[in-house]
Amino acid sequence: MEELRQSLQDSAQDGLLPWGAQVAAAERFAVSIARAEEAALSLGILPARYQRNRQAIDVAQQQTLFRSRVAVVGCGGLGGYVIEELARLGVGTIVAIDPDLFEEHNLNRQLLSSPDRLGQPKVEAAAARVAEINPAVKLVPVQAAYSTENARALLHDVQVVVDALDSVPTRLALADSCDSLGLTLVHGAISGWFGQVTTQFPGDGTIRQLYSRWVEGKGAEQHLGNPSFTPAVVASIEVAEVCKILLGSGTPLRNRKLSINLLEMEFEEIVLAGLDRAVGT
Amino acid sequence: MNITVKLFATFRFGRFAAATRQYPPSTQIGEVISELQIPESQVSMIMLNGRHANPDQRLNDGDSLALFPLVAGG
Repeated sequence: MEELRQSLQDSAQDGLLPWGAQVAAAERFAVSIARAEEAALSLGILPARYQRNRQAIDVAQQQTLFRSRVAVVGCGGLGGYVIEELARLGVGTIVAIDPDLFEEHNLNRQLLSSPDRLGQPKVEAAAARVAEINPAVKLVPVQAAYSTENARALLHDVQVVVDALDSVPTRLALADSCDSLGLTLVHGAISGWFGQVTTQFPGDGTIRQLYSRWVEGKGAEQHLGNPSFTPAVVASIEVAEVCKILLGSGTPLRNRKLSINLLEMEFEEIVLAGLDRAVGT
Repeated sequence: MNITVKLFATFRFGRFAAATRQYPPSTQIGEVISELQIPESQVSMIMLNGRHANPDQRLNDGDSLALFPLVAGG
C-alpha cells in the first residue's frame, strides 16, 4: 500500500487529488475507489471533488465524514434529497432503508424517482444514484420496513440516524430504538407548505414530545400533499444537522424544534422543555 | 381574562397566526381548541407558556397558548 500512497502523493496538485488520478490509482493498485479515497485523506490529500467543501470542511473533517456511517430511514421525499446530499458531502457509508417501490404520485417531489424507475425499489434507485454521483461512497440498500425487531441489525455501527419516514408509529418506534441504542436521531417531517426539524440525542425523548397527543392517522399532508420544494428544504436542514453531529461542530437543534412555514416564509424555533418537566404530565 | 393564542401551520387557515383573545376565568385549553373549531385529534402538541400541556388544563390571565398540528409526512 506504500506504493499506492506514493502514487497518490505524486498525483496530488496543490493538495488536491483529481478524480481521474483517483480512478487510475484504484485501477493500478487493484483497490476500490473508496480505498483510494481513504488513503488520500489519510495523507491529508483532498479528493478534488470536495474542493468546494474546503472553506466549511477541512481535510481532517472530510476524512471523519468518509469514515462515518449514517442510516437514512425512508427513501421518499425527504430520504431522496438526504441521500443525494450525504453522498455529495462525502459521508462514506449510507444505509438506505425503505420497503417501497416508486409510484407515479412520487414523481412531483421524490428526487430519486423518474418515469423509467416506476415500479423499481426506492433503495435500488438510491444505490444507482450514489454510484453515479460519488462512487467512493458505499450505499447499503435495505429493501425492508424498519421495525423494532430489525433495528439493532440495521443500525449496527451507525453514528447518526436520519428520520425520513412518513408514519407516526414507525417514527416513535425508531426514536425509541435510537434512544435504547444510544444513537442520535435527526428528525424531519413535512406537510404541504410546512415542515419541522429537530435532533434527538439519547435520553432526550424529543420525538415523543412532538407527537405526544398523537392517537392515530397521518398529518395534514394526507390532504395537502407535499410540493417539490418542502422536502428539499427540510432534507437539507437535516443533512446540515448530520454533518455537524458527525464533525462535533456547531450547535444542533437539540431540545428545540425548527418550525418551517414556506407559505408565509417563517422559520420559528420552538424550545422544548422536556415532557418530564411539563405541567400536569 | 386575556389569552394569547398562537397557531401553527394548517391551523392558521381561515383563522389567524397569533391573537390575544378574551375567555371567561378558568377556561380549559380544550375549550379554546373547540371554540377555534379545531378537532382535538388534530392537535399534535400543545404548549402553554413554553411547556407541554393537556386539554384539561385551566388557563390563567396572560397565558400564552401554542397549538401545533400533526406534521408527519416524509
